Amino acid sequence: MEASKVVHAIYNDDDVLMAAVKKVKAEKHHIEEIYTPFPVHGLDKAMGLAPTRIAITSFLYGCVGLTVAILMMNFIMIKDWPQDIGGKPSFSYLENMPAFVPIMFELTVFFAAHLMVITFYLRSRMWPFKKAENPDPRTTDDHFLMEVAVHGNEKELSSLLKETGAVELKFIDKEDTH
Amino acid sequence: MASIVLIILGLIGVSYGFWDSHHYKTVDDVKVLLAEEAHHGDGHGEAHGADHGGTHATAGHHEADAHGESDEHAEEGHHMSHEEHVLHQIHNRPWAALYVGAFFFFMIALGVLAFYAIQYASQAGWSPVLFRVMEAITAYMFPGAVIVLLIAVASGTIGHYNIFTWMDPEVVEHDKLIQGKSGWLNMTSFVIRGVIFISGWALYRHFSRKFSIAQDNADDNKNFKKNFRISAGFLVFYIYTESMMSWDWIMSVDPHWFSTLFGWYVFASMFVSGITVIALITIYLKSKGLLEFVNDSHIHDLAKFMFGISIFWTYLWFSQFMLIWYSNIPEEVTYFMTRIEYYKLPFFGMLAMNFIFPLLVLMNSDYKRIPWFVVMAGIIILCGHYLDVFNMIMPATVVDRWFIGAPELGAVCLFGGLFLFIVFRALGKAPLLAKGNPMIKESEHFHY
Repeated sequence: MEASKVVHAIYNDDDVLMAAVKKVKAEKHHIEEIYTPFPVHGLDKAMGLAPTRIAITSFLYGCVGLTVAILMMNFIMIKDWPQDIGGKPSFSYLENMPAFVPIMFELTVFFAAHLMVITFYLRSRMWPFKKAENPDPRTTDDHFLMEVAVHGNEKELSSLLKETGAVELKFIDKEDTH
Repeated sequence: MASIVLIILGLIGVSYGFWDSHHYKTVDDVKVLLAEEAHHGDGHGEAHGADHGGTHATAGHHEADAHGESDEHAEEGHHMSHEEHVLHQIHNRPWAALYVGAFFFFMIALGVLAFYAIQYASQAGWSPVLFRVMEAITAYMFPGAVIVLLIAVASGTIGHYNIFTWMDPEVVEHDKLIQGKSGWLNMTSFVIRGVIFISGWALYRHFSRKFSIAQDNADDNKNFKKNFRISAGFLVFYIYTESMMSWDWIMSVDPHWFSTLFGWYVFASMFVSGITVIALITIYLKSKGLLEFVNDSHIHDLAKFMFGISIFWTYLWFSQFMLIWYSNIPEEVTYFMTRIEYYKLPFFGMLAMNFIFPLLVLMNSDYKRIPWFVVMAGIIILCGHYLDVFNMIMPATVVDRWFIGAPELGAVCLFGGLFLFIVFRALGKAPLLAKGNPMIKESEHFHY
């Protein structure tokens, strides 16, 4: 559930940010989101985010690609029109398999790669003409922004965030920003 | 202790192999054997066929076999009866079994040496904690290589040309193809090349170990820099000599056949089994509490290498197989015809063990951190690469009279025992942490 009111705490160093995340988590405040200009190693662990399952989807897509390749060539080359092309044995799939391996390999990689990328786009809601969700343009350059939910504890929260090294604090009503 | 038991067991197995094969002294003995087999085949063909991997199940099969042999005669141009061929194959078996075992363990040590040189030349930050393990494994390289060369030479001098037919002057006399290659394939240059290869590798191994030990208590990085330079030089030397070694020591068992990517293929095989052995010994030592600075990220990296190089090996195996299968040129394709006809199980079994198994087992990132998972995958990979060497040597020497029995297992025990003995003795000679290495701090804190 999204809080109606949030605080945006801005940091200008990723080490300070990491320490702040650990502290805020220890105080049991809910971190809604963190915006950074580059990947901060270990941030997902500190925030306690669940590991990604995108590699598993990719493996399954690869299996689909392999199946497509096998079924397609089995139908075309063996079942539908088993022509003698240069003496290659088209009596069964297995006998002619080495010739199909390059296609099987490529289709596996093709399916695994492309479907995984599309899955990534869908899951992270990215597409052309999508309205950017960035609360502060500086976070794409050299600032880090932590968004923490506020439940009427503004005073306590602002002193805590100040303590962690935030250079700027902004209390915002969520409805306005979206 | 266990290694000595293995050596003794191995010696028994190997000598049993020689004794057993020399039961059959004359052509007449073989005639009796063949008649017996034919009789067996009539009586209970199924069981017999299964016993011997379906290689000589029925009398009918033997007729076909004889035809194949006579084709070969025409090609080689000298006349030998079927029984003489069989006798030769029976006598070849203990030699070939010994050679396969010796080459397999030598190849592990040489693969580790190449891996070690790459770690130095690329200044890898993760691996210095494993340097002492690698150095210990490469201690087997020199004796192992000398043993392989000695067996190869002995098979042509003491034995009756049991591994390399081109060493037999009688064969060469009637064989235009081998005559054409005799500029390369002759005993003198074979030995000279072998000595050059071995001494080059051994020199690198000797000096890099020396500098590595010297670096432990040095107050500057001079030894490390020297090691970096000789590693880069060694890698250049290695890639040439490894390629030529694979022509000499492996490919020339089939002197009528050639393949251009064979050197790479043998390299991939030795590289992946070398890395696997590093992982296995590291896990073993860690379980004994001797390598507390090795964490599961190091194991993870080694497992990644095992996974990646297994696939690289498969890529080369398939590239070699598919190009020859596709064009189906008679002079090249006999190589695979023999293997598919008589070695179906080892030939395709090794593909499953070296590719499908590691592909599925080592793909998951979490599994690569679990020691028993890596050990299990490692054992399968090693067995698979033993079969790989087996498939390279055996079809050329014993053809359809192969079996993995006392001579083969004996050779594995013998050289496995020798390998473990030398490696663990070398492990005891230096501290297990190369503490003077400038990259050691990074390596100790390595995590992925």
